[in-house]
Amino acid sequence: MKQPIFIHLKFKSKFMSKTYYDPADLSKFGDIKEFQPELAKKFFDYYGDVFKEGALTAREKSLIALAVSHAIQCPYCIDAYTSGSLEKGADEEQMMEAVHVAAAIRGGASLVHGVQMMNKTKDLTM
Amino acid sequence: MALATKSLQFRAHELANASTQLKVLSTNELENISLPTFSDKLKAINLYPLLPTGIQILQVNMGKMCNQTCKHCHVDAGPDRKEIMSRVTMKQCLEALKGTDITTVDLTGGAPEMNPDFRWFVEELSKMGKKIMVRCNLTIILANPKYNDLPQFFKKHKVEVISSLPYFAARRTDAQRGEGVFEKSVKALKMLNEVGYGKEGSELILNLVYNPTGAFLPGSQNELEAEFTKKLKEGFDVEFNSLFAITNIPVSRFLEYLVASDNYEGYMEKLVDAFNPSAAMGVMCRDTISVGWDGYLYDCDFNQMLELKVNSKTKHISEFNLDELNKRNIELNQHCYGCTAGAGSSCGGEVV
Ligand code: SF4
Ligand code: SF4
Repeated sequence: MKQPIFIHLKFKSKFMSKTYYDPADLSKFGDIKEFQPELAKKFFDYYGDVFKEGALTAREKSLIALAVSHAIQCPYCIDAYTSGSLEKGADEEQMMEAVHVAAAIRGGASLVHGVQMMNKTKDLTM
Repeated sequence: MALATKSLQFRAHELANASTQLKVLSTNELENISLPTFSDKLKAINLYPLLPTGIQILQVNMGKMCNQTCKHCHVDAGPDRKEIMSRVTMKQCLEALKGTDITTVDLTGGAPEMNPDFRWFVEELSKMGKKIMVRCNLTIILANPKYNDLPQFFKKHKVEVISSLPYFAARRTDAQRGEGVFEKSVKALKMLNEVGYGKEGSELILNLVYNPTGAFLPGSQNELEAEFTKKLKEGFDVEFNSLFAITNIPVSRFLEYLVASDNYEGYMEKLVDAFNPSAAMGVMCRDTISVGWDGYLYDCDFNQMLELKVNSKTKHISEFNLDELNKRNIELNQHCYGCTAGAGSSCGGEVV
């Protein structure tokens, strides 16, 4: 049986995205220089240097970035660092463990405030 | 995602047809982006028309028959493909080589070892003193008892073995190359190690090929090589010489995957964004010529699958003329972006 393929290929549409997050915006990140070139240049130079291989490998940095992306819940970053981690040779287990690190820190950050709540409760109660 | 385990041709899929593939590749107005043509990119860096730097390598595709049906295969190879090179064409290859200073012959397929004249051809090349490379998929060594002695045969003729192993664990390897392939590949690697391949100080070279198991680009070849070396040694006591990181080219079954998984546009955008002029200078078609199972000549194995024959008076190995071929303009299309992304990609890995 013939399987049509052209139906899968999407062509350019003139309409703007109706959601706040548009995946196509990720590749336009560099365009922020349009409104303020000097600061954008400083940021991107710094950004580039941060992710270079150093005391940490580029793969380790990608995995840290992936974990942070989940902590700050940035869909662009999750997109970028999922690809980035795969490209640098990370595997599925490593990537999910990175997400668990983010989750553990976020959960722990809430729970450790339980001590503050307990202190306050003890202050206020007999 | 699950894809069929038969060739596109067997499934009578539209993409089995080279002209349909070229139609997809030539569609540059996509949903979110307009892709510049590869030729325009080369014009901008004064590299158009793209010319050979001097042919050093003859890459011989011995046929589309293979014991595997990998999802990313640009050859659309598989057990259901019957097109293989005849001894007559192999003789024409030997004849063509005679009058040249081409140093290296790179044997590919399919699984070249499945061609009944494979060993004869290697022996003849070996007599001529050519450096021989074989793109061995590893599992073929275990596919049938008659192939079990391939490591010894390769050793005898000092054949350089280049083998695909997309990952150092089963999940991703099997997802791309088929159930159980990782385990069999490790066994085959051990058999090659046993006869001396990939061992430090040995002249028997065993190189591995990493290619991404999806719609992403390969990372740094050095870093991947370090990781593979460690993981394969610690986990499986397997050794190899170098790792070549190769980008998947959007041709044939990899193109099918990209289109079916809705990754085509994103992947092409990644390739175009990662265009690297230095990689373009070093693309392999500048020093390699590719011959198909039926003897026709192409700029590379990818152009072969797209049926883009060489733009030269010499079109067939039977009328091989090195001087003519060295003067030709290389045929280009949008799949060429796969060779120029990042650190570049060739059959020998990165090019910069
Ligand atoms: S990629 Fe290689 S091993 Fe896999 S089907 Fe194609 S020719 Fe065979
Ligand atoms: S796809 Fe072939 S012709 Fe195009 S750049 Fe790569 S090697 Fe050259």
